[in-house]
Amino acid sequence: MDSKGGEAANRRPWHALFGGLASPLGWALAALALLLAFLPFLAGRYPLYLAIQILILSVFSLGFNLLFGYTGLLSFGQAGFYAVGSYACAKILLATPSLLLGLLGGLVAAGTTAVVLGVLCIRHTRVYFSMLTLAFGMMIYSVAWKWRDVTGGDDGLVGIPRAPLEVPPLFSLSLASMERYYYVVLLCAGLAIWLMYRLVHSPLGLALQAIRDSETRAAFAGIPVARYRLIAFTIAGLYAGLAGALLPPLENTVTPPIAHWSHSAEPVLATLLGGINAFAGPVVGAFLLFMLKDIIVRYTEYWLIVLGVIVVVLVMGFRGGVVSILAEAVHRRARRDRRGEGETEGIRRSGNGLGE
Amino acid sequence: MDTIAYQGLIGLSLAMYLWLLSAGLTIIFGVLGVLNFAHGSLFMVGAYLAFTFYGLVGFPFWLAIALSMLGVGLLGLVMERWFLRHLYHLDHAYQLLLTFGFILILDDAVKMIWGGVFKIPQIPRFLDGAWPLFGRRFPVYNAFIIGVGVLVAVGLWWLFERTWWGRTVRATASEREMANALGINVPGVFSGVFAVGSMLAALGGALGTPVRVVAPGIGAAMIIQAFTITVIGGLGSLKGAFIGSLIVGILGAYATLYFPAFELAFLFIVMALVLMLRPQGLVAR
Repeated sequence: MDSKGGEAANRRPWHALFGGLASPLGWALAALALLLAFLPFLAGRYPLYLAIQILILSVFSLGFNLLFGYTGLLSFGQAGFYAVGSYACAKILLATPSLLLGLLGGLVAAGTTAVVLGVLCIRHTRVYFSMLTLAFGMMIYSVAWKWRDVTGGDDGLVGIPRAPLEVPPLFSLSLASMERYYYVVLLCAGLAIWLMYRLVHSPLGLALQAIRDSETRAAFAGIPVARYRLIAFTIAGLYAGLAGALLPPLENTVTPPIAHWSHSAEPVLATLLGGINAFAGPVVGAFLLFMLKDIIVRYTEYWLIVLGVIVVVLVMGFRGGVVSILAEAVHRRARRDRRGEGETEGIRRSGNGLGE
Repeated sequence: MDTIAYQGLIGLSLAMYLWLLSAGLTIIFGVLGVLNFAHGSLFMVGAYLAFTFYGLVGFPFWLAIALSMLGVGLLGLVMERWFLRHLYHLDHAYQLLLTFGFILILDDAVKMIWGGVFKIPQIPRFLDGAWPLFGRRFPVYNAFIIGVGVLVAVGLWWLFERTWWGRTVRATASEREMANALGINVPGVFSGVFAVGSMLAALGGALGTPVRVVAPGIGAAMIIQAFTITVIGGLGSLKGAFIGSLIVGILGAYATLYFPAFELAFLFIVMALVLMLRPQGLVAR
């Protein structure tokens, strides 16, 4: 009875992308793309700044959810890799003002750190993994704080230029205006989202989900579990590194708090808010998190307590996050429209993520 | 030589706070299989409550500690009964996420109630002063902390190995279904263990009030140390938590003295070494 829905999901990628929403979603996505493309002409400086921050957090959270939602490893130390990316990019920009080099340097540094710490962290899974990532993330924080000669200690690194995007003999594009930098970030985030989408639907992505659902079964099927976990850990580190490397040209400074565990919590919160089991969850969550914060801080300085209550409510009652709530609502309406045609089980099936 | 011995004793007294903290964490994990991310926040609330009763209200020190343990024990009961209990059938990750939510709530709640400032009250008179030791003066209060830590260690050993309640808890920990079939009130045991673990955290926090600065963020800092200790000692093992606390506390005291710049990083180096050489922890369950 639901074969029609299933085939449609295979044909239309955005179906899987949002965990089984109906086709108007295609239009919504197109409209969103259009809005993002013309945002600098529509919005002022602050919304644009906010949009850049949301895009950066989206990349950060997507990497996190490859580990959590897809591989079943809950990391509380992603800010460590974010910070490595940020500091590496900042150091390079201070020495050689070239954005491309800065971003590449950030990626390489974060990726290398992720491989080294990943070898240690993936020795354990479940709660042990969470504890280890938290501890190693804080180790990076303490390094950023204490290694004054390189990181500038608690003052951080200041005066980082928003270097031009250049390939020396070919072209050079100044990014001095916020609008231009927005397009760079949009391009990077778009590329990262597309790559991640390809990745989770590739054999590698499916193998990671198999590991999440049952480590024993995956190992039996011949999947080298430890190596795949390390690969997922490294990719998550690379995404955190990219997100981190995009920050210094925006803020012109880098300070230790970006390595703190409370910053590691941001992708966790964004993903939980948006939805663990939907590909778009982390991106939707990143948007919601910034919007919530923007609204709540107008009324109270205690925004973390509100956030904490939201986390508790989500975990107790809405573990699928906003995306699955929306998907369910749309489905219910679709069912009402086609009463008698039988119901679709698309959501239920796509929603069987972490141990539920 | 005297310096080394003296600093070792100071480290030993610091280790006892860590021991009280990680003992509760590891007991709760060992029996319920729940890693309480907010355990450090319970330590913090314990400290604030003791500060209120002892420093502000003016109750005797002992009474303040008892009241703070009672309050945090009740808080733990609420967390277990109303929230965690509904998540036992799910993946471990959800319990971590829930207790993470509690960190955010408790941190800000403490800020709302007590504000950012925190004054250290006087050490109670009968614990004030210092004894001459290794050519220096060793504070009586540090000796008192060491005594309490050892007492709690012996008390917990007695509780779990020698009492009927301890046997019930151990039976529940190793064979939940069977314990249930034998008529043991498993949910009751869970609540009791969670409350006891919370009270241990509160005791650690409360004992620190006259000598340690407590600020709203301290809960997270403490939980990271407790995690490191339990990884070193082996999660779920009381002996492991005790040994891990001693290692971290004493080596930490030496690091503060000889390599102050690496005081924080060193903790993680020890943990990385243990992970590479003995991933299950020094005392495997």
